Amino acid sequence: MSEESKPLGGEILTKPFLFFAGLFGFSLLLILYRYIAGIGAVSNLSDGYPWGLWIAYDVVAGTAIACGGYAMALLVYVMNKGQYHALVRPALLASMFGYTLAGASIMVDIGRYWNAPNLFTPWYANPNSIMFEVAFCVSTYIFILWIEFAPAFLEGISKYKEHLPSFVRNWNVEGLRKTLNKWLFVFIAIGVLLPTMHQSSLGTLMVIAGWKLTPLWQTPFLPLLFLISAITMGYAIVIFESIYASTGFKRPLETPLLSNLSGIMPWLIGLYLVLRVLDVFLRGVIGAAFKFNLYSLMFWIENGLYVTAIVFLLPRESRSSSRKLFLGAFFMLLAGTVYRFDAFMISFNPGDNWSYFPSFAETVITLGMISFELMAYLYIVKKFPVLPAAEHA
Amino acid sequence: MKNKDFKAFSTLVGGVSRRDFLKYCTIMASSMGLPLGAGAQMAEAVVNPKRPPVIWLSAQECTGCTESLLRATHPTLEHLILDLISLDYHETLSTPSGKQAEEARAASIKENKGKFILVVDGAIPVKDNGIYCMIAGKTVLDILKETAKDALAVIAIGSCSSWGGVPSADPNPTGATPVHKVLADAGIKTPVVNIPGCPPNPYNFLSTVLYFVTFKKLPELDDKARPVFAYGRLIHENCERRPHFDAGRFATEFGDDNHRKGYCLYKLGCKGPETFNNCPALLFGDTGAGTWPVGCGHPCFGCSEQEVGFHKPLFSKASLHLVTPPDTYPHTAEAQGKGATITGVAVAAAAAGAAFAAVNKIAGKLGDDDKKK
Repeated sequence: MSEESKPLGGEILTKPFLFFAGLFGFSLLLILYRYIAGIGAVSNLSDGYPWGLWIAYDVVAGTAIACGGYAMALLVYVMNKGQYHALVRPALLASMFGYTLAGASIMVDIGRYWNAPNLFTPWYANPNSIMFEVAFCVSTYIFILWIEFAPAFLEGISKYKEHLPSFVRNWNVEGLRKTLNKWLFVFIAIGVLLPTMHQSSLGTLMVIAGWKLTPLWQTPFLPLLFLISAITMGYAIVIFESIYASTGFKRPLETPLLSNLSGIMPWLIGLYLVLRVLDVFLRGVIGAAFKFNLYSLMFWIENGLYVTAIVFLLPRESRSSSRKLFLGAFFMLLAGTVYRFDAFMISFNPGDNWSYFPSFAETVITLGMISFELMAYLYIVKKFPVLPAAEHA
Repeated sequence: MKNKDFKAFSTLVGGVSRRDFLKYCTIMASSMGLPLGAGAQMAEAVVNPKRPPVIWLSAQECTGCTESLLRATHPTLEHLILDLISLDYHETLSTPSGKQAEEARAASIKENKGKFILVVDGAIPVKDNGIYCMIAGKTVLDILKETAKDALAVIAIGSCSSWGGVPSADPNPTGATPVHKVLADAGIKTPVVNIPGCPPNPYNFLSTVLYFVTFKKLPELDDKARPVFAYGRLIHENCERRPHFDAGRFATEFGDDNHRKGYCLYKLGCKGPETFNNCPALLFGDTGAGTWPVGCGHPCFGCSEQEVGFHKPLFSKASLHLVTPPDTYPHTAEAQGKGATITGVAVAAAAAGAAFAAVNKIAGKLGDDDKKK
């Protein structure tokens, strides 16, 4: 792996980095205020809408966007497509921070955060609870992702030993890396299993919402729809991130590799759409799509975005255009995100007179989390061997 | 308690393991809110061969208190408790009857003068010199007076002996009078503990007895001589339906929708707001959650409260000490959330706009690259 990837180098404190740092700093102040004055002081959450932007974006959409690592592991290690190996590390990096910040958001979102460690005490666990499944599975996967990404850190440390403080230099980093590489397959296997479980369970979370979710979205197929779209979003983010990084860092594009990779996406989206439409028809709720209210509008926007992604990605020639590839990936990410916002917030109606729209502070905290993710990404790709070495592209 | 101590004692109780026995004593201690370790002390006291003798007198009563004591407890524990207190006289439970039973009582009083516990269930009729309740040719009024003056303490079990209960309901034809009043009128100074209820929870009685046996003194009593551990709080304060009361959700008829939904029974005449007892916490009969009158959907009728049970009409509303819930209770009408605000929409729109602009910029750049090819 070490010859595949290498650090980008370059200055850390660039203008975008400083902008993100400012946004992150502001959100930290708001988070501090949340811990002093309570959730009600910063958010618009209520008893009717206990889940808002932090769950819908940071956790549900955020972890789906962070499915790059999962989708690539499926492809490279389960389907044994070794040619995509160079894309695994950047995907893992994005996954690692996506999931870690989903976990961090949960700690801001839950009221009795001091009870969170009880998740890992079996005598407090309720194995029949879907909330427990999601919480336990996601938090375990965060650890797994850090272990999966650890080889990049260890390589970085062993390469730049002379620049590091003496106590780090004395560590047997090389030995640790070798042992980890020997056992990494175990963590990769768990790392494929866990997202399969919780990405579908995120859908189950809304199945238990029952009548509060409007019929266009409420279906026993929610888990399957969530899983398929999460995997598709995983490939989309790998493509999106690769092109964005190439353009941003002025590196050569990896278009041939990416256009091969994107070949699978239209089929996955197609499968998703067939299931989605069949489900709506067979449950006999298609009429709700023509009511011309907010729900039917969102239904058409959401599925229109999926169709747009197919239009960009299905023709072979358009997949070789980096622009269409980029837009296809973007529309897929947008479609999956809108679907998650619909299922968790927009089509969720707890009854009369309840209302919710994310507050200023809620949105800033979410933007702060994203900023931190981007800052960490910028720092790590410059300091550690993550992105593919240029001659490979 | 060591195993050998228990062995000496186990033949008396028969079929009870040391573990069950200690568990029982600990439950007794914890239901009174005693510190950890009191259970062990109780166990020591119980196996003491010199168990305090108990004489149980029945006056104008229905035997409900005895039934409650027998049924609610696990059978082996029931044997245990009867052996534990060395029950020398009890009209329902004694093996001998008639002359022999009366002789046993007389012998016990003579032998244990000033050392025995007297338990009384039933009200004492005092009208016409108490001729309305007679045992072995004597009025129960006289039997009580002669027995109580030699007793260490008197426990009045049930609402009849505590307040007068059913027999004292208007027009009170027999002049039914509570035990403590009879003794006070006769100038007998023996301390009286009231365990009211119809029937009282057996654990309130057993806990009081065990406390007495263990610590050689009575538990803390309130101004009506009731143990504070059991009668310290209103039923209304601990009731599982209290949130419905605070939220204004009431059943208005038996079997109506709100009654089926388990709403508050205040409007059906529940006397929980003026009755002091621990029913919602302790429940009845060891049969699990919801097993107490209000839990089953019937309003409390204040059986254990003086001047409430058997005196106030069943379906008249109780008088309330506090109409509004305390501040520490959750709100009854929650704020229903805030909709979109200008700042909220602005920051969300700005973020979405920035994301689209970034994508647009990159896509534009890529378009140029594609053309160059």
